[in-house]
Amino acid sequence: MDAGMNTSTHLKAQARCPLQEHFLPRKSSKENLDRFIPNRSAMDFDYAHYALTEGRNGKDQATAAVSSPSREAYRKQLAETMNLNHTRILAFRNKPQAPVELLPTDHSASLHQQPRSVKPRRYIPQTSERTLDAPDIVDDFYLNLLDWGSANVLAIALGHTVYLWDASSGSTSELVTIDEEKGPVTSINWAPDGRHVAVGLNNSEVQLWDSASNRQLRTLKGGHQSRVGSMAWNNHILTTGGMDGQIVNNDVRIRSHVVETYRGHTQEVCGLKWSGSGQQLASGGNDNVVHIWDRSVASSNSTTQYLHRLEEHTSAVKALAWCPFQANLLATGGGGGDRTIKFWNTHTGACLNSVDTGSQVCSLLWSKNERELLSSHGFTQNQLTLWKYPSMVKMAELTGHTSRVLYMAQSPDGCTVATAAGDETLRFWNVFGVPETAKKAAPKAAHEPFSHVNRIR
Amino acid sequence: MASKTAAAKDIITLHGSAAIVSEFFCYAANSILYNRAVYPEESFAKVKKYGLPMLLTQDESVKSFLSNLTCQISEWLEAGKLQRVVLVIMSKATGEVLERWNFRIETDAEVVEKGVSREKSDKEIMREIQAIMRQVASSITYLPCLDEPCVFDVLAYTDTDVAVPFTWVESDPKLIANPQMVKLHAFDTKIHKVDTLVSYKNDEWDEEE
Repeated sequence: MDAGMNTSTHLKAQARCPLQEHFLPRKSSKENLDRFIPNRSAMDFDYAHYALTEGRNGKDQATAAVSSPSREAYRKQLAETMNLNHTRILAFRNKPQAPVELLPTDHSASLHQQPRSVKPRRYIPQTSERTLDAPDIVDDFYLNLLDWGSANVLAIALGHTVYLWDASSGSTSELVTIDEEKGPVTSINWAPDGRHVAVGLNNSEVQLWDSASNRQLRTLKGGHQSRVGSMAWNNHILTTGGMDGQIVNNDVRIRSHVVETYRGHTQEVCGLKWSGSGQQLASGGNDNVVHIWDRSVASSNSTTQYLHRLEEHTSAVKALAWCPFQANLLATGGGGGDRTIKFWNTHTGACLNSVDTGSQVCSLLWSKNERELLSSHGFTQNQLTLWKYPSMVKMAELTGHTSRVLYMAQSPDGCTVATAAGDETLRFWNVFGVPETAKKAAPKAAHEPFSHVNRIR
Repeated sequence: MASKTAAAKDIITLHGSAAIVSEFFCYAANSILYNRAVYPEESFAKVKKYGLPMLLTQDESVKSFLSNLTCQISEWLEAGKLQRVVLVIMSKATGEVLERWNFRIETDAEVVEKGVSREKSDKEIMREIQAIMRQVASSITYLPCLDEPCVFDVLAYTDTDVAVPFTWVESDPKLIANPQMVKLHAFDTKIHKVDTLVSYKNDEWDEEE
């Protein structure tokens, strides 16, 4: 009789779509270690008999499988009429009131959410929207060779040459080819105005270029003794991090540009990011240490210039990202031996959370529109992982690169992410949303170059 | 309750069994709502039941919802038409089903048809129910955290030939794709046997371990 019951449920599932409905009762009966006591009155013996004998009379299994449409229809019709034991699923009409949030953190969020309807889950394309060739790109974990300026121009350094790719027109132009003895290019960073770009070189120099006129404005020398692998702008201050472990604040407007030197790292500085307010600087090094430098603390001539020294990572920290919607929140990612993303309160220096990602974290980006974090990884999947914050639930994993995704940059409108890897491709991902929906983040392109300074050099 | 009158023999009638099961469901639902923090803890009051401190919600709308439910369930149980009751916990924002508490009911049809009664010690039934309640409370140790506001709903799986009262509507099963399932204890009044199963959405994050 068990066979009869099972066949009847199988055919029932064929008649009504959801296959899941078919599995669920089965699973529970499998897990039910008690003896299954059939409900005799609920069983339809006539149908069960029919179901059993029908199989035998159908000559052999082959004909049962290859049945004509009319036979199938007849069978379905028979099942429908014979089978009186459908289950109805009912729900009570008057639902109870949903719980009102009393937690202070969620209070404002729920108040805002009530008039707004449920936000549909947005579709995150699993493949890159566009792939460009990036030949001769240097496959070095400690460099930062990709940056997207506020004028919507992408700058990428391939070997000794810096190329500019205009995202609005899709055209490529060459900015500069560095001389053999000075190069290759080890870092690249757009100034906030989107017009000037800093190019860090292997010989420890930094060149400043005007992308509109393709002219070199100046060269910063003497700040470092070895290559400049990371850079970050803070208005007119260009902060450079070198392989010598030093971090130099350069004021690009004045002649003797070295304004300040932060000492603390013992090995190459590969990650460098100013906070949104421009008050704090986060630096990550090959010595597995993350330093938080505060402008007010550093200038007070204390023995240790840094505000915090965070040593929890067990591998080089290149991935640094300041949270745009929560002040004093920094996300850091560790390299191959660490593989974690850690969150810090830079006010107190406390580690708020640590998430093991399973793969070296090469870069981190916060979404400007949502509470999401994007991380780029290396071995084995070379994927981009999109995390929901603060739950750290993986929302999407984007694969495509065949080598570790070392360089990542975000478009000024916050919708597209560009990634480059040692597999010599530059890929674009619409991971943060379609441009139409994110109209708020209007790219502000400063029109006057360095309008707030009187004189350069 | 019919079971209380026949103290010496512990006779259980269909009516009594239905009452026990629907009361069990009411307390179980309250316990789930409290333990999964669907409603804030402050809105629950403690009562003594099954030899345990049980928490009942004081929220008026939830109370009336559950009492309507219990009445109807008890009616269906006496008719022998109820197959299972499912309490579904969904995310408030996305409506996605996060947890499913499945109470499967097997009715002894003979009792429904012929109106005979059975014998089972009241104490033993209480013990069995107590075990389930304890398990529900301890389930928070392995169930994934519900850190977003949630709402709940109750589905009743009945026979097709049951007359649907106008306060109930047809619903979809609200299943979870690839759920993790944990089977809890069952209790039996000899007329109705209630199996408990909780299925929850796989927390992918945990899978990494």
